[in-house]
Amino acid sequence: MALSQADIARIFRAEYGRAVAVLTRAFGNIDTAEEAVQDAFATAIERWPKDGPPPSPAGWIITTARNRAIDRLRKDSSRQERHEQAVLMQSKEPIDEDDPVHDDRLRLIFTCCHPSLATNAQVALTLRLLGGLTTPEIAKAFLIPEVTLAQRLVRAKGKIRDAGIPYRVPEASELPARLVPVLAVLYLIFNEGYAATSGTGLTRGELCTEAIRLTRVLLSELPDELEIQGLLALMLLSDARRSARVDCDGQLVLLRDQDRSRWDPTPTLEGLRLVQRCLRHNRPGPYQIQAAINAAHAIAAHTDETDWAQIVRLYDQLLAIQPTPVVALNRAVAVAEVDGPQAALQLIDALTAELDRFYLFHAIRADLLRRLDRNEHAAASYRNAIERCENEAEKEFLKRRLAELS
Amino acid sequence: MKHYLLSIYQPDGPPPPPDILEPIMRDVNEVIREMKAAGALVFGGGLYPASTATVLTFKDGKMLTTDGPYIEGKEHLGGFDIIQAPDLDAALEWGRKLARAITLPIEVRPFQHNG
Repeated sequence: MALSQADIARIFRAEYGRAVAVLTRAFGNIDTAEEAVQDAFATAIERWPKDGPPPSPAGWIITTARNRAIDRLRKDSSRQERHEQAVLMQSKEPIDEDDPVHDDRLRLIFTCCHPSLATNAQVALTLRLLGGLTTPEIAKAFLIPEVTLAQRLVRAKGKIRDAGIPYRVPEASELPARLVPVLAVLYLIFNEGYAATSGTGLTRGELCTEAIRLTRVLLSELPDELEIQGLLALMLLSDARRSARVDCDGQLVLLRDQDRSRWDPTPTLEGLRLVQRCLRHNRPGPYQIQAAINAAHAIAAHTDETDWAQIVRLYDQLLAIQPTPVVALNRAVAVAEVDGPQAALQLIDALTAELDRFYLFHAIRADLLRRLDRNEHAAASYRNAIERCENEAEKEFLKRRLAELS
Repeated sequence: MKHYLLSIYQPDGPPPPPDILEPIMRDVNEVIREMKAAGALVFGGGLYPASTATVLTFKDGKMLTTDGPYIEGKEHLGGFDIIQAPDLDAALEWGRKLARAITLPIEVRPFQHNG
């Protein structure tokens, strides 16, 4: 079987997080670990097409990277620090690649999402070190200059090294608090892919896929954490609707107008099963509740069969845990289906001061006004929404709605 | 062990009245005692107001002496503690205890060289 460079790159990307995690523990330094995996990649490109892929690619990558790193450290041992690392490496027992290394990946997740790092640095580190995405890939996905992203990564890794951010799984007592930024980062990556805040395309699916993969990794490490299950369910249920969210012209289609036969049944079923499992434990958290809301949509075969009263109750629960204006806004959308648009409008108007800058606030307000036949006010709200919206596909949708009013 | 600087940022102006300040100082002294007992405290203390500061600038071969502080603002460094800790998490834990006691923001910053 002839392996192309792209095939090898794919294998490396799948194993990148594991390899960097194991090697970071061995070397006590993320940069050394990354360089070593890069060296192993160069070796693989030379050998794998001739010899075929090794039986355990992960094991091969880790062993090769480790040996190349030791060579490099020996050659470069003029620098005292590196010399010490080389000594340290030789004194350590060899890394057994069959050993369960899951703890290392978990350590790396908590290091990347350490609360002392800025959120955008947490996101970049997680995608780079655990996801194995390249700097240009991440920069492109987030529509930021490559130089900016590269600097962000260098700065974050510098802080990990210099401030002494530990490479350790938090103790059980700290775990719930430390999981909060980890889940937030994964959800942010998913949302950036799902709702692309700016640019022309509506979805950047690779980010969604990557967020789901990383959440699966986290869940495999901490299988009893219900909020991770909830987050995974939330992502799967949303992602199942990805292709139905856009019509053949690339235009946005609202949930209630979507062709439900286009929802992907495999992730839907898995998501529903996860939600059921969470419900049995009855220890709700924000992600579990949001997943349950999505499940309520998923089980309705048609828009008219949606159990909006149940969705309002779930939003009440969410609002009690997470009393933010955005949750209140989403709750109001559900209220409109139960008590009518006038009731929802009153709830929404109370949020004006907090959400005036948010385009969705105006888009939802416009929709309610349209349903109340207050077309002039609706038009003004659509214009407010268009002014504040940065995504071209969503902007187009809002413009169409505005045109339909007159 | 690494060394960390715990800086206390304090608004300028007169200190709070005794009935507020005294319980705060009691709590702060308790944290300091705890730091000492754990062998974490290297050195620390409170500073006189920023208006007592003097700034020295050496420029173009000349030494300039001016009334401080160096940076004008509504808040200044009010005091600091230098601690030793195995890693940032341990340093942050001391920082949290201090912030809770002193009710002011604490900045935790690593020293370049390990002592």
